[in-house]
Amino acid sequence: MVDTQQMRSLAARLAEPEVRGRSPWADARRRFRRNKAAMVSLFVLILVALFAIFGNQLAAWSNEEMDFAVMGQAAQLGAPSFANGHYFGTDDLGRDLFSRTVQGTQVSLMVGLIGAGIAVIVGTLYGATAGYVGGRTDAVMMRLVDILMSIPYMFVLILLLVMFGRSMTMLFLGIGLISWLDMSRIVRGQTLSLKNREFIEAARATGVPAWKIILRHIVPNILGVVAVYATLLVPLMILSESFISFLGLGVQEPLTSWGALISEGAGTMNYGTLWQLAFPLFFFCITLFAFFFVGDGLRDALDPKDR
Amino acid sequence: MFGFILRRLAVAIPTLLLLIVVSFLLMHAAPGGPFTQERALPPQVLANLNAKYGLDDPLWRQMLNYIWGIVAHFDFGPSFVYPDRSVNQIIAAGFPVTLTYGAISFVLAVVVGVSLGVTAAIRQNSWLDYCAVGLSIGAQVLPNFVMAPILVLIFTLWLGWLPGGGWGGPAFWIMPVIAMSTSFMASIARITRSSMLEVLGSNHIRTARAKGLPESKVILRHGLKPALLPVISYLGPAFVTMITGSVVIDMYFSTGGIGRSFVDSALNRDYAVMMGITILVGALTILFNLIVDVLYAWIDPKIRY
Repeated sequence: MVDTQQMRSLAARLAEPEVRGRSPWADARRRFRRNKAAMVSLFVLILVALFAIFGNQLAAWSNEEMDFAVMGQAAQLGAPSFANGHYFGTDDLGRDLFSRTVQGTQVSLMVGLIGAGIAVIVGTLYGATAGYVGGRTDAVMMRLVDILMSIPYMFVLILLLVMFGRSMTMLFLGIGLISWLDMSRIVRGQTLSLKNREFIEAARATGVPAWKIILRHIVPNILGVVAVYATLLVPLMILSESFISFLGLGVQEPLTSWGALISEGAGTMNYGTLWQLAFPLFFFCITLFAFFFVGDGLRDALDPKDR
Repeated sequence: MFGFILRRLAVAIPTLLLLIVVSFLLMHAAPGGPFTQERALPPQVLANLNAKYGLDDPLWRQMLNYIWGIVAHFDFGPSFVYPDRSVNQIIAAGFPVTLTYGAISFVLAVVVGVSLGVTAAIRQNSWLDYCAVGLSIGAQVLPNFVMAPILVLIFTLWLGWLPGGGWGGPAFWIMPVIAMSTSFMASIARITRSSMLEVLGSNHIRTARAKGLPESKVILRHGLKPALLPVISYLGPAFVTMITGSVVIDMYFSTGGIGRSFVDSALNRDYAVMMGITILVGALTILFNLIVDVLYAWIDPKIRY
């Protein structure tokens, strides 16, 4: 027998407005906002980005101009000061370090973002295809990744840079060429766990072609993981580029990057011009820090494993 | 196990051959030959030089000769820039140095990293744990090319304790080893900590404790062994990055290892030396990955590829 009291309360509850569900993305956003380290890091990243975009408007000197009053006496006259407009001091040639750092930040961030972008696009498509198609294709594609991964890529990249000229395009190509390997492995793993789920089966049963299933049903579902690893990839790309530029094989004058600036500063620190090392190093470190923290925060927020 | 090693070798050898072929083709695709100079050589001289180095043979023949030289005689051919030195001699001069500080750094990174990670995991949320975590996060943004100038600044310029460069007794090893191993130590500590925490929370540890095993045995025998698996799989890529770091170490501390020869030959366009070193490093990497795979399969009998 049905209790009328219960029925009535049930009816009352049904009449109440439905509790609004949170989408997984909103859930992740909430988790991310609660992570203080990640929020502070995000703020730092925004500041660095603003510095890269608008820094030139603040600079009193351009990055190509040489201050002849300082040139040759960088150790005595080139120290950071507001009086002569060199907020970060000058380098050995009398160029304004502030605008050089702005330029270096632009180049390094760009390399990081483009490198990670290539990795995301190539790695996601490659990994999703290998995982979805499976079988022998998968084996061959992943074996190729294994082979590429066991190549000492930095040496090959330097080989490429020397042989085909040290240009930005070559640098992007070289860094992008190897950066997608890890990503493709991760994506393949995720795809394997997705591809036997019902909604994929339903799509296949209704005759959706394979490439459409990959693009429309698999890729959107692994975007969270991809976003996490992309964020963690950016600092790695910046590290690679700085490494090469530190050796003098990366971006060439008049362009510069953090690695090149750190290398310059490290070369002259004997002569009492420590600011030439300190400012680029500061920006380099806080940016990498921030990227790692944001990446960790994103992983905590998006990675379904830890829920 | 033997079959497993054989199967891995069957993949490793073609990989190495592929590396040789690709770098050889790259070398030939590069614009300009090894004797291209600002002032063009007379054609007769150029022809003689090409004949001497076998560069007038057809491409496939040169490639076969090159590969055969490496496989049969372990001979990487002559240097194109220094007529009196072979690639083998250049590598032989630098390799022991790189091997010395590389091996020390590697062992140090693994030993200190693992102990730090395990200690942090056992004493989770103690000050020691926080120190270890903070240190490992900090060291992540201090790659070798950042560590090197900072170390020189502190220990050579300010304190005057250590020589800023060169190669000799143990005093010369300290800074290269620290610069090379810090970021790996940090990564290994982080990986060990998180996997140890995961293992310590699992059922078999509770069983081991419940049956009254001493804590040291629980940690070392039942905890550490499974916890090391992620660390071991990290060692492969770590080795590659580390050997790449030797380039910076050699440049910055003038230790005279193969990294120095590599950059010098890169700036001189001495392709033969560059290729020789790339292939050597590639071979080492592949060998090391093989060892890691075997180690992995040995520790975890469940794993079969």
